[in-house]
Amino acid sequence: MRYETDVTVIGAGGAGMAAALSAHRNGADVILIEREEESGGVLNQCIHNGFGLHYYRKDLTGPEFKETLEEELATTNVKVLEGTFVLDVSKDKKITFVNSKGIHEIKTKALVMTTGARERHFNSLGIPGDRVSGIFTAGVAQKYINLQNLKPANSALIVGSGDIGLIMARRLHLEGIEVKGVVEILPYPGGLERNVQQCLRDYNIPLYLSHSVTRVEGKNRLDKVYVSQIDEAGRIVPNSERVFNVDALITSVGLIPSVKPVEFVRTGPGFITTNTNQTTADWIFAAGNCTVIFDLVDYVAREGEKAGKYAALYAKNEYVPEERITIKKGKNINIIHPSYIDPNESTKLYVRVSKVFQRAEITVEPLGIEIIEEEARPSEMIEIHIKSFKEKRIKEVEVNAHELG
Amino acid sequence: MIAVIGGGIIGSLIAREINKYVEDVYLFEAKNGIGTGVTKANSGIIHGGYDDPPGSLRAQLCYIGNQLYDEISRELSIEVRRIGSHVIALDESELAKISELEEKAAKNNVKEYRILERNDLFDMEPNLNADALMSFYCPIAGVTEPWKVAMQSVKSVELNGGKVLKNKKLVEVKRKDNKFELSFEDGSVYTADLVINAAGLYADEVARMFGDEVPAIFPVKGEYFLLGKDVKYVNSVIFPMPSELTKGCLVIPTVDGGYLAGPTAHEVKSKQDFSTTRDGLAEVKEKSLRLVPSLDFSRNVVKTFAGLRPESREKDFYIDIGKSSVVHVSGIRSPGLTAAPAIARYVVEYLIQEKLHINLEKRKDYISHVEKIPHFVDTDYGYWVRAIEQDPEAGEIVCFCNEVTKREIREAIRNGARTIDEVKFATRISFGECQGSFCVSKILKMICEETGLEPKDVLQNEKGSWIIDSEVRTI
Repeated sequence: MRYETDVTVIGAGGAGMAAALSAHRNGADVILIEREEESGGVLNQCIHNGFGLHYYRKDLTGPEFKETLEEELATTNVKVLEGTFVLDVSKDKKITFVNSKGIHEIKTKALVMTTGARERHFNSLGIPGDRVSGIFTAGVAQKYINLQNLKPANSALIVGSGDIGLIMARRLHLEGIEVKGVVEILPYPGGLERNVQQCLRDYNIPLYLSHSVTRVEGKNRLDKVYVSQIDEAGRIVPNSERVFNVDALITSVGLIPSVKPVEFVRTGPGFITTNTNQTTADWIFAAGNCTVIFDLVDYVAREGEKAGKYAALYAKNEYVPEERITIKKGKNINIIHPSYIDPNESTKLYVRVSKVFQRAEITVEPLGIEIIEEEARPSEMIEIHIKSFKEKRIKEVEVNAHELG
Repeated sequence: MIAVIGGGIIGSLIAREINKYVEDVYLFEAKNGIGTGVTKANSGIIHGGYDDPPGSLRAQLCYIGNQLYDEISRELSIEVRRIGSHVIALDESELAKISELEEKAAKNNVKEYRILERNDLFDMEPNLNADALMSFYCPIAGVTEPWKVAMQSVKSVELNGGKVLKNKKLVEVKRKDNKFELSFEDGSVYTADLVINAAGLYADEVARMFGDEVPAIFPVKGEYFLLGKDVKYVNSVIFPMPSELTKGCLVIPTVDGGYLAGPTAHEVKSKQDFSTTRDGLAEVKEKSLRLVPSLDFSRNVVKTFAGLRPESREKDFYIDIGKSSVVHVSGIRSPGLTAAPAIARYVVEYLIQEKLHINLEKRKDYISHVEKIPHFVDTDYGYWVRAIEQDPEAGEIVCFCNEVTKREIREAIRNGARTIDEVKFATRISFGECQGSFCVSKILKMICEETGLEPKDVLQNEKGSWIIDSEVRTI
């Protein structure tokens, strides 16, 4: 069968569901594709609360956040294809997919990529040691415990203090798995401060900052994890080795945006977009963790909603940007998103600083925006709202951060 | 009954070869999977056969083995990609060695090579070290998946009435009349008329059980990086100029589109030491970057691993009949994978038939072709659609990185895969950049559905490699 539609959305997680809904609200025919048998993405397994505080002004669990979006989708004529895998996106706006009913093609006017991210795996870190079972990404451990009622460990060490790592430290502890610590290579935690408090300190789980796993050992199943302190130059500090006797190592060492199977737009490593979520192919929009990794699903859904809107307008020829202004990373900035601005439209600028500040001033020049952030650190995304500045004839915008004395 | 000890690529191809004549063949594998020892972790290269020491058994069998891979590929439905290989000269001193390679090739009767000047070389391989001056190019070299050869051979044996038994570790041998009584660790006993020892790293120890001495085996570790398929590095296998000891550290495109960098070559004490090391991995990085400077070890690494080669001090294969009349196939180091089909013939046609004077006649009922369920994403859409019409699971992608369908996974389990690694090596699930994050929990569930095993009993590979301890709570 051949389908025709205004907007196709690939990936039905928080970003994709919000994108499909908003494209629909903006008058588009929408097809939403999900490769898993069930929509929701990682929200399904995040049974803790803290979701939706910004987007819904409610404190929801992951599944509740997803159900809220899903219930709204059910009232629309958005066609949701679950258990459906996209094989190809071609430059002439054809999308080929496979599912249990066959291989089909969609002719679309616009596409929204909301393909999320995958977890960086321990195996890719090049850390030496034995070939053992018992090394899981935090997401996999979370899936076993929360969705499959399966306990993958008796005792665990967590490597990486990203939010999923912190959440899983608490989750494992609450399920009777002895968590012997969280190891973080950087001198500051990778996750949100609220999670460090609620997931580690509240349960007396030690956090080893500036420490790294140097070796894993075991005969078939993991048995020992060697950890050493790391100095500022990234070298192992002599005589600082600790050995943890654990049968599981849970890793939370970063997320990598998934961009497959679109191969002909700029990525770095996620999709590079404008403030209107447009990629370097004008009919392809992208939102959520396949662009940059966001701290909160609230941001992801908000970005999805925006991408859906502009994709729908694009499909109806109602959104044709005239120019794109480059946003440059200046001093002490690790990540900025988006990378380009259509000055006719307003912008939510997301910034990560590259080091810890007592009191940071973040400037967006030449727009004259100055923001003061107390205790700014790379793990917490800073949001900056920029109004439309069409009339100002600006060619380039630069974001900088510096310490206020 | 004819017994083959060892279910690696050598043992399984020998069992297959014998099975062409004799139905009553038993293949005994000590581990919990076929092709999971030496066979599983090596470079996967079908060598050209030009550079083994002239006169050695290695040289004699490598080129023939290379040629036999066309037949193996056809009959066993194995992917063999003859992508060619380059030996690169990076400086003046290495230039001189190219002519040494030519001399060796002549002595080994290998004619399929060309000497490429810089321009031609860079046309083929634009990402090589800019210092490269010349290459010894061998178009008949290629890559395959060694474990697939073993797995498909074993399938062929089962199809033709032979028996393949896993978890059969030989512990004792008794001579009874003219027969051998073989006792295994699990308490089972089998009586064989003829035994072939293809026990890989343990071939010397197995030989001793029969009262024979073969050259001692020293495990030599090779460490590797596997890099992902999103960056294009090279089109063919890239070798440095070889030393006396090894073929060196290479850059190898894999059958499924990724790249291997490695291996190192360091003797280790234990035959069970498959660990990677800080120094070994650093050595691979340094040496492979000399060949292809753009290799991205910070962002493109999928995994690291180590394998062991069964090396002897003689540095040659030892394939002969012991005093006990047992055939010992030992010391099968590089180019063992390439030589494997030739070794199987050498054992059956020369050692068994000529030297042991055992008359064998080809079976008329022998089925040479072994089907393999296709990797649907590599087939044309018309074929795939018909497969989905017959079985909707052929349209359900479970492994997102390598696009493996539920149908392929179910087939592997129905063919006897019980561990995650057995499904992995049969289907390529969890070989990709996510390393199983998205699919392993689903595979575990499927193994349980298909076999009635409990999740706590599903292993990653060997005994003790459990994944799940218990249920979180009983419902």
